[in-house]
Parts: sequence; structure tokens; C-alpha cells
Amino acid sequence: MTEPIVQYRDVHKSFGDVKVLKGINLDIHPAEKIAVIGPSGSGKTTIIRMLMTLEEPTSGDIIVDGTNLWKMEKSGKMVRASEKHLREVRGDIGMVFQHFNLFPHMTILDNCMAAPIHVKKENKEEVRERAVQMLERVGLGDKFDSYPSQLSGGQKQRVAMARALVMRPKIMLFDEVTSALDPELVGEVLEVIRDIAKNDDMAMVLVTHEMDFALDIADKVLFLDEGVITEQGTASEVIEHSTNERLQTFLHRFRKV
Amino acid sequence: MSSTYWSWERFFDALPFVLQGLGMTVGLTITCYLFALLFGFVWTFLRRIPNKAFHWIVTWVMEFIRSTPPLVQLFFIYYAWPMIPGIGVTLGPFTSAVLGLGIHFSTYIGEIYRSGIESVDKGQLEASKALNFSTFDKWRKIILPQALPPTIPMLGNYFIIMFKEVPLASTIGVAGILLMANTYGAQNWAYLEPLTIVGMIFLALSYPSAVLIKKLEVKMNTRFDKKATVEKAKKGAVM
Repeated sequence: MTEPIVQYRDVHKSFGDVKVLKGINLDIHPAEKIAVIGPSGSGKTTIIRMLMTLEEPTSGDIIVDGTNLWKMEKSGKMVRASEKHLREVRGDIGMVFQHFNLFPHMTILDNCMAAPIHVKKENKEEVRERAVQMLERVGLGDKFDSYPSQLSGGQKQRVAMARALVMRPKIMLFDEVTSALDPELVGEVLEVIRDIAKNDDMAMVLVTHEMDFALDIADKVLFLDEGVITEQGTASEVIEHSTNERLQTFLHRFRKV
Repeated sequence: MSSTYWSWERFFDALPFVLQGLGMTVGLTITCYLFALLFGFVWTFLRRIPNKAFHWIVTWVMEFIRSTPPLVQLFFIYYAWPMIPGIGVTLGPFTSAVLGLGIHFSTYIGEIYRSGIESVDKGQLEASKALNFSTFDKWRKIILPQALPPTIPMLGNYFIIMFKEVPLASTIGVAGILLMANTYGAQNWAYLEPLTIVGMIFLALSYPSAVLIKKLEVKMNTRFDKKATVEKAKKGAVM
């Protein structure tokens, strides 16, 4: 297998006295699709938020493409990363949020164009072409000039995915992207993710409660329990052959509903 | 021409005299206001510098300015400051008034900016990071365009409040409508008509401004998607 694009090495995270993650070791390979499952409060979201630089690990290292994300070398010593360092390293990472976080003061098309133009300084016409293409791909080709407040939750989330895709990330993070949606809108969002997973060669990490969907598209499934990855492997390894009791209880509870 | 009774003749005699000060009153209001709008940003910026001691100092300087009457500040800048050896500077009445009232109101306006900035959803900052915006672009493209429009009605209210405080400057010799009315009164021993005129001018300018601001407020409230924000706040919770 190829070199991993992201490596977590003994990563811990505490919020105050609460230890959320207790030693995460994880490799993410290029184009790999990873699903992170586990009970609420097990720290799933925190894992990807640290990679997006939204939370700083309490200890441990996260290596992105060979570079330490949260630490940098300064006159021979490893020190806390500066904002500049973080900006350089996180450039290939994109994220889709539970609550969409679209920019309410911009049209849908501008939402998708803002970052490539201002951050990557790309040519405006090329960006527009790509943004239009992405919005059409997620089924919103008729909404370019709408504002986020005029869309349904499912549509907003599809815009958020288009917005992330226009940046051409090497790693895409999905943070419970269907949790805030009305049940009848979940399907349209999952379809887009399935399409991305099938046709794009970026690595994907999905934190999700959509168990069957996750198992269906993931190359690797992680079961996170009380801050530790207790099981990992292919979907069938984890689901069918694991003897982990807590995992079985967890899955059982999901299968029942 | 002295009497304690109302005289229309005197009214129309005083009117053009008092109106001579209108340009100064309006001009001073606008200048003070622009100064306060700009200087408000300075406070907001200073308070965001992440140093506890510095933050404490800035907060108390703002508190001090706000807790002291603007009239005292005007007198201090105009009369007392020039007497301080070394740093004393003698300023004209207009400049003193712009500095005094401008700085005084900038502390309130800085607070308005701050409330606007704090009202921007935290998710917007996270999205800016995920899209790798620079700090400068994050403020310019994402935060301020969302933080400032909702503050426009409040800023407008401060324009009217400031307009009504500007006559304070007559005490240090700025020849606005109040000083003109007082001068007319002293010369003719008749204050009733000129001061009535001053009141009418303020009403005539303040009231339409207030109506305009009310309209702006309604427009701003419909512009932003309040419902979605409230829902988001209810659901909240990460992880």
C-alpha cells in the first residue's frame, strides 16, 4: 500500500478534565474511504476536527503529507504551530459540517467561488466554470443566484459539499453531515456522498450515524469507544467477525431501529 | 425690542441669525460621527489583542471615558490639556469638539461593533478555516460583512444621540445654532424665540432621521435568516 497521507500518533485530547481521546493511532491513505462509528460522546467528531485544525490535540502528533500539523521546528526545537504553519499544512483538507456553515451573505455560486479566488488566487473564470460544474453535479444547477436561507437543509448540505469540492482537497472530512437534516432529506445528501466516494480519488473520513450507508461505502471502518479505537478493519471484518461486545451491543441497538 | 412675551416679529428676526449656525452644527455632527465610527474600530481591535493586562487596561480606559461627562472631557481637552507641560497642545474649538465628542462616542460605537462581531455564528469561523482563508480575508469577506449590517440601526441611533449632544460644543465656542441663539438672546435680551427655533431645528432634523432608521431596522431584520440561526442555536452541541 502507498504511504499514508495522514498519520495520527498517540493523539490525546482533553476538554478541561474530560479526556475525550485517549491515544489515537490511525493511518489515512490516499483515496481511502474511512467511516468512524461509535456511541455519542466517544470523540468521533473530535478526531476529524483536530485534523481540520479546529481543535488542538492535548498531546501526540498528527502528520499530514510528511509534515507535523500542530508542531513546527523553530531554532532546533519543536514548538506549537503558528497560524501560518497551520494554513500551509491544512490546504489539502476540506470539511463538510453538521450545520452546513454556508456563508449567508453570499449567493450559492459565490459560496463556492470565494475560497478558490481569495485563498488559492485562481483565475475567476476557471473557478466559475468549476463551481457551476460542481453545483450541477450535486443537483443544484438551477439555484446559482439563491441565498442559503432560501434552500432546504438537504440543498444547503449539497452546496456545502460542492463548496468543499471546488477546492480540490486531497482529504475530505464529513462531520455527521446528515444529523441536522429532516429524515426525508437525508437520502439526497447520502447520494451525493456515494457519488463522490465512487468517482473521486480523494481520501474521505466520515463520522456518521448512518450505519448501513457507512459500511456500504467504506474501505475501512473504525469503532471508537470511550476515546479509543477498539476495532478497525473492513466493514465485514468489523461487523460480522468482531467479537467485541460493546461493538455488538452498539450495532444491535442500531439494527433494531 | 425686549419683552417676555412671544413675538412673531422677533421670531423671524432671530431665524436667519440662528440658521447661520446650522452648517456648523450639522458639519460638527458629521465630523464627530465619522471620527467615532473610525475610532470605534480602534477600540474593537485593541480589545481583541490577546494579552490579559493589555485587555484590562483598554477596558478600563473605555470605562473611564464612558463614565465621565462629555462636557468635562470637552473642557479638559480645550482648557486643561494646553496647560500640561510637555504634552500640552492648544486646539481650536472645532478640533477640540471633534476629539472630545468623537472619542467619547467611539467607546459606545466600539461596543456596537463588538456585539455585531459576537453575533456571527461560530460555524462561520470554522468554515473559514476549513476553506483556509487568511485572517485578513476571513475578516474582510466573512465576518465583517455579516457583523456590520445588523448594527446599522444601532449606529444610526447613535448618530441622532450625537447630534443632540453636539450643542455642548457651544460651551467652548463652536458657533453652532445654540451659540447663535444665545448670542441673539444676549444682544436683544430675548431668549424665548431663538431657543424655540433651536428646539424646532433639532426636532425637524432628528425626527425624520429616527423614522429613517426605524425603516432601516425593519429592512435589516428581514434580510438575515433569523429562523435558521435560532434553530442552529437550539440544536447546538458538537460531537
